[in-house]
Amino acid sequence: MIRFADVSFTYAGAEEATLRRVDLHVEEGELCLVVGETGSGKTTLLRAVNGLVPHFTGGHLSGEVTVAGRSTRDHPPRELADVVGMVGQDPAASFVTDVVEDELAYTMENLGIAPDVMRRRVEDVLDLLGLHDLRHRPLATLSGGQQQRVAIGAVLTASPRVLVLDEPTSALDPAAAEEVLSSLARLVHDVGLTVVLAEHRLERVLPFADRVVLVPGRGEPLEVGPTAEIMATSPVAPPIVELARLAGWRPIPLSVRDARRMAGPLREALAAATPAGPGRGEAAGPGRESEVGSGEPAGPGGPMAHPAEAITLATVEKLTVAYGPVVALDRIDLTVQSGEVLAVMGRNGSGKSTLLGQLAGLRAPTGGRVRVGGGAPADLAPRELIRRVGLVPQDAGMLLYGETVAGECATADRETGLDPGTTAAVLDRILPGMPTDRHPRDLSEGQRLALALAVVMAPAPALVLLDEPTRGLDYPSKARLVEVLDDLVTAGHGVVMTTHDVELVARAAGRAVVLAEGEVVSDGPARDVVCHSPVFAPQVAKVLAPEPWLTVSEVERALAGVVP
Amino acid sequence: MMRRSRSAPGRRSRSAPGRRSRSAPGRRSLHPAAWWLWAACLAGAAIRTTNPLLLVLLAGVAAFVVSARRTEAPWSRSLAVFFRLGVVVIVIRVVVQIIFGNRLPGHVLFTLPEVPLPSWAAGVSIGGPVTAEAVLLAAVDGLRLAVVLVCFGAANSLASPYRLLRCLPAVLYEAGVAVTVSLAFAPEVVMAIGAVRDARRLRGRPTRGVAGLRGMAIPVLESALDRSLQLASSMDARGYGRRVAVGRSTRRWASGSTAVGILAVVAGVYGVLDAGSLPGGGIPFVAVGALLIGAGMAVGGRRTARTRYRPDVWRGAEWGVAASGAAVVAGMVVASAMGAKGLTFVAYPLQVPPLPLAATVGVLAGLLPAVVAPAPARQPAPARPADPGKPAAARGAASSADPAEPIGPALTRETASSPDPAEPAGPEPVRAAGSVPGAPVATPPGGGRR
Repeated sequence: MIRFADVSFTYAGAEEATLRRVDLHVEEGELCLVVGETGSGKTTLLRAVNGLVPHFTGGHLSGEVTVAGRSTRDHPPRELADVVGMVGQDPAASFVTDVVEDELAYTMENLGIAPDVMRRRVEDVLDLLGLHDLRHRPLATLSGGQQQRVAIGAVLTASPRVLVLDEPTSALDPAAAEEVLSSLARLVHDVGLTVVLAEHRLERVLPFADRVVLVPGRGEPLEVGPTAEIMATSPVAPPIVELARLAGWRPIPLSVRDARRMAGPLREALAAATPAGPGRGEAAGPGRESEVGSGEPAGPGGPMAHPAEAITLATVEKLTVAYGPVVALDRIDLTVQSGEVLAVMGRNGSGKSTLLGQLAGLRAPTGGRVRVGGGAPADLAPRELIRRVGLVPQDAGMLLYGETVAGECATADRETGLDPGTTAAVLDRILPGMPTDRHPRDLSEGQRLALALAVVMAPAPALVLLDEPTRGLDYPSKARLVEVLDDLVTAGHGVVMTTHDVELVARAAGRAVVLAEGEVVSDGPARDVVCHSPVFAPQVAKVLAPEPWLTVSEVERALAGVVP
Repeated sequence: MMRRSRSAPGRRSRSAPGRRSRSAPGRRSLHPAAWWLWAACLAGAAIRTTNPLLLVLLAGVAAFVVSARRTEAPWSRSLAVFFRLGVVVIVIRVVVQIIFGNRLPGHVLFTLPEVPLPSWAAGVSIGGPVTAEAVLLAAVDGLRLAVVLVCFGAANSLASPYRLLRCLPAVLYEAGVAVTVSLAFAPEVVMAIGAVRDARRLRGRPTRGVAGLRGMAIPVLESALDRSLQLASSMDARGYGRRVAVGRSTRRWASGSTAVGILAVVAGVYGVLDAGSLPGGGIPFVAVGALLIGAGMAVGGRRTARTRYRPDVWRGAEWGVAASGAAVVAGMVVASAMGAKGLTFVAYPLQVPPLPLAATVGVLAGLLPAVVAPAPARQPAPARPADPGKPAAARGAASSADPAEPIGPALTRETASSPDPAEPAGPEPVRAAGSVPGAPVATPPGGGRR
């Protein structure tokens, strides 16, 4: 269905090829998962399928890409619109019309499909994706998950034979992501739609994939193979695969159900140890090992060290925020201590980002009080604000205006009065080897996020707020992010992050809060909160239930302490 | 080999019988052209009169109909903006009159110091005595323009310009899209400004004053351009600008015919305006030119294979709305034909102008759409401004709507409907077996597992 024959691609002005000598054949009716590290060229590969690379981006492409027998060499993207449906990373940016129903019909109108056929297909897709109630809604009023489904529906109506999706679940909460993915799986099963899908959150998509294409980046050859085979050695792997590697399970299980069947011996081996502490964030720092009872004395950042010195960084009292008639936050009470990572979870649109915006003083509250470091953040001057609280917004690129990465770092140092090189050093910790001469807008989503994180974290604000920090980040980058968070916590900073990424919560958060419809529905140690929820439980917890193990490294340390 | 696990079947099915019901007849929205025609008639009537009572009545009629029949889309709130704009217009007109206007006789309100002007600036004066009559005449003049603006705002609120553009003939479609995209640009910029201001605050940069403004311009433009590029790539990927292969000669014929037609119309209009320069006074030229342009467009339209989804239909209600607009204009025309007093505002002597009966009845007929037009669907979920720090992707995301609606179960239910073979074999150029993927195949309960 899709054939890449000896394809190489170099962006205009770039010295190195993004794709080098790619040979790939995707069969009809296959769900093909494209994985790779941040910035390795996954998006480029995907956009080459319908010819947006190079027809739209410029650059030099050699070799040939054919889809359903049509070569992108002589078919521009619009001539492939009836064969390939493309859903980009930001669904809202792809909307052409203003109402859901018109958006669904847009591609068909361009293709010249007969009105009665159009009508029927729109109705079918409305049902298929559960969009029926939204059909007359203006697109601007939809939530993130709804927008994502409309964007998928808008290409499905044209009944393409290939569907290309770039991180379709990155903006979605776990439940909404599962809905989108299972409806994709249905399409693959029932009508033989070919799906090519790039995703960083492998734990969500792996069970659905037939084959995995690993893009190693730096122009190295692709690795293509059945999911379990590739996962055995892949540098990017979800927790379940890492657990399987640790326990030596073969073949590698891809779903929680398969893993549970193999997990009997592991559960027995772990029976002697109990996961202690409310979560990893609590035991951050050098004293981490003591968590599993290895008998080592607690280090300076260990569990014993910080309750005594914890100070309250922020308090929220009866905070209410309303946008017109809609109440986003309803009388919330919350405190943030130094030395803790607080994860805020909840559905799309449950008020998470609003809460962060309040803590960062972007808006004055409708009612109640917010205090950060003793003052109301909304009243602080910008200069003063960034020393107390730093926020990385969901669209991290908004923070970056520099011409180059190096320039951005230098400006940040200068403006905040830091020693030259501080920001660059932080950046190097989060994502080493970032091309410093690139324009921030030419970076990949994950690289841009890393840069924004570095800029915000460099002045070391007492309170660091992160809005969906792992969107577009691969597992190694996430691990580095967790390290940076650990360092901050050890140094006495407080971190609040909103996230849909339960694996991140499992690895980094000490405390978790779940919001629903603007109210706090649970607040407690992360381990308790996530393990008790079927939606928010991380994979390791699901596999090893009922014991509340959260992460692979926890299990690994426990095994190291128990087995010998 | 491949293992798949699927989420448990039958989760959260909220299937209700009749979920496929088409929107009820009462919920259909009126043809946008009807609304714009009605508003144009109101504006036309406003231009024909300077009676302030009639003008205020016209604005009231427009506002009433909008409040009765607007939808809850974001653009439906634009009428208030146009009202404010109207007030600004009136104020400017009056101020200009006070400073520069003709010195009219009458009741002197106050006297401004006069600035002597050289003799070649005859007819222009600065300062001098300001009379109540002059101010009133200027205010009424401004009011007329303001009412025209309000009529435009009413049309905007009742039917988004985008919907109107959808009615353009195929050959003008691409020009229409250009207009749509540029119309969407303004709100994009407003949102970008908010986001950039937040971002600057987060970086500890000034958000106010000259420094703030200068620092914001580039990122705002950058993000707006970025968005345009993304939109363009999305439109391309979704088949915008696809052409049907037509012969080269056909294409030439179309553009040639249009070009000659335009030339003929221009020449004809010249002839009409300057009688005697062309045989027949230019009218035949205009007619032939129009024919040629029409033919060129028709042939050119063949190149685009676009079809229209649920084109707006013109039914009784549309006729009613259009007739109501026509009645407004007719009232004015009849009143002026009968020589009714009060169509024009007379400042000498100063008095409350009379209300000409025919014109008043006509204007009141403009209220008809508030009853005739179908009531719009009221939806509970209100729009909401973007959250701080959220990207465009999550614009208004926070409406508490639940994204976890059933996606899957729709399939298993709706099995036998819309089967492939029922598809008309004819006018579908894309591919023969074209049905919605995933629509019709029956899935056994718990199916999808190989």
